[in-house]
Amino acid sequence: MLARRADNLGLAALAVAAVCLVALGAGWFDGPLNALVLLVLLVVLGGVGVLAAFGGPEARRLLAPYGLMKPGLLWMALFFLAPVWSLVRISLSTKESRFSVQYNFTWAWDNYSRAFSDFGGQFQRAFLYSLIATLLTIVIGYPVAYVIAFRGGRFKNLLLGLVVIPFFTSYLIRTIAWSTILADQGPIVSLLNTFGLVNVFEWLHIMENGKLLNTPAAVIGGLTYNFLPFMLLPIYVSLEKIDPNLVNAANDLYSTPTAAFRKVVFPLSIPGVFAGTLLTFIPAAGDFVNAQFLGNPNTTMIGNSIQDQFLKQNNYPVASAMSTVLMVSITALVLLYTRFFGTEELA
Amino acid sequence: MNSLRSRIGRMGLNVFAGLGLVYLFMPIFFIVLFSFNKPKGNYNIVWQEFTLDNWLDPFSQSSLTAALWVSLRISALATVISTIFGSLIALALSRRSFKGSSVINLLLVLPLTTPEIVLGSSLATLFLSQTFVDFGFITVVIAHVMFQVSFVALTVRARIRGFDWTLEQAAADLGAKPWRTFRYVTFPLILPGVLAAALLAFALSIDDFIITFFNAGSTVTFPLQIYGAARVRIPPQINVLASMVLFFSIALLVIGAVRGQRSEAVKAMKRSKNK
Repeated sequence: MLARRADNLGLAALAVAAVCLVALGAGWFDGPLNALVLLVLLVVLGGVGVLAAFGGPEARRLLAPYGLMKPGLLWMALFFLAPVWSLVRISLSTKESRFSVQYNFTWAWDNYSRAFSDFGGQFQRAFLYSLIATLLTIVIGYPVAYVIAFRGGRFKNLLLGLVVIPFFTSYLIRTIAWSTILADQGPIVSLLNTFGLVNVFEWLHIMENGKLLNTPAAVIGGLTYNFLPFMLLPIYVSLEKIDPNLVNAANDLYSTPTAAFRKVVFPLSIPGVFAGTLLTFIPAAGDFVNAQFLGNPNTTMIGNSIQDQFLKQNNYPVASAMSTVLMVSITALVLLYTRFFGTEELA
Repeated sequence: MNSLRSRIGRMGLNVFAGLGLVYLFMPIFFIVLFSFNKPKGNYNIVWQEFTLDNWLDPFSQSSLTAALWVSLRISALATVISTIFGSLIALALSRRSFKGSSVINLLLVLPLTTPEIVLGSSLATLFLSQTFVDFGFITVVIAHVMFQVSFVALTVRARIRGFDWTLEQAAADLGAKPWRTFRYVTFPLILPGVLAAALLAFALSIDDFIITFFNAGSTVTFPLQIYGAARVRIPPQINVLASMVLFFSIALLVIGAVRGQRSEAVKAMKRSKNK
């Protein structure tokens, strides 16, 4: 009887254990109650173990998937779910005094109003810059992926390797290298000076006062560069899957190459663009490395503010409030985006 | 007329893609170039003169080498843990669907759709509010395992999707105990996927900056060392170490490509023999 219900028991044990770990990690209870939670956790895990040991092969078969997942999922419950809870809790807490380390949960919503009033510009820039960078990665990444997928021939894998190789170097070193390239004495600015194009670039708002480094354009450029493979590779994967006979069929039916692309190739590559957009926009919106090395004090993004408030000012409540807002707004955007461009395979 | 226009269009697209590759390699070119530079001041950003000194003495910056060593240890440990945990999840998920699998799928995707700064800062609030571990080596390993598990689970699951599970039943029918079945049937079949996932997890871990930055305490990993150094001075040894990693991975890629071609050639030969 118990053995036939083993899958229900396995799932229930997993869920209870996860909740216990979140409770312990996020500090739902004080002192002695924590010991009780720990006891429940051990009893549940032990109980499933006993059932697996003595319940016979059928029970073991039903319990197996939950047992296999337990270490990984419980790790995530303790170190991903519980932290999110404690982040939200601290974002609504206040310090007793300026030098106290104790935080009291007081529904302190003014942390949020401070986050918006003091760092509204950083929020706007984070979303604007990463939106522009995401569009640029599509503009640059799509044609490259297209050429590799359809004209790569036997060099396909080599070309794909060439795309990936630059990203074997460290993220920070790549970004610092860009600050060398864009610097005032760097090659690009001197090239632009030689050809007298500085005025054109200033008119396009790419350069400011003859400088390329420490401008919004440099930050967006850095984001574009660093997240380009996250756009290019998913697009490549979806283009690579397209049967070339579909394009041949379109041509046989007297479609122009443009129409064949618009009506056959592009619609089939949308899942790649969709996945790439998420993989580019999400990390770009939370990034602070590019803004720090390539920007100026007026181009800081929300990541810079969170980092500064958290690690330098030790103002955990406001930093946590900003983190929470970023998390919630990104989740909302992802849900909306999935609703509109919905594909089943998010991962 | 039409064909000329479309040929120009084709050419244009190829040229654009070529320029795209040049763009991708631009900073790489500079990293390698400046590894041969002899900088005058603290910053290695203006070209002065050619030197081989940096390459002859790549490990002279002891803090940099120490940080690299810390990073390697953290990433190795985190990758082993996360590969085991993630592969087990993938194995469970890839069998038939079971109760709760949709919630578990969601839980696996969530860390990927959360910005790193949120993952890093939230985990830091967890560590701040307890007294069992101090920020340092252990907290960094915990953080890395946390984001690696999802990547490993999803990668392995994608790689073993078409796996023929009846092979396991066949082994069981022939009298193999579950452990023997796993050891001699399941494990060899999923091994390539597991190794690919482990490589990816290692690459993500060794280059992670943002999450590590929030949870490292006084432990200094390679990216943290570069970040700290970049504010006061950038020694050319950074470029040398980066170039080394680069050349090493290019070598791996070339070896892989050559072996792939060779195995395809062997397959083609076998095919022609069978005919």
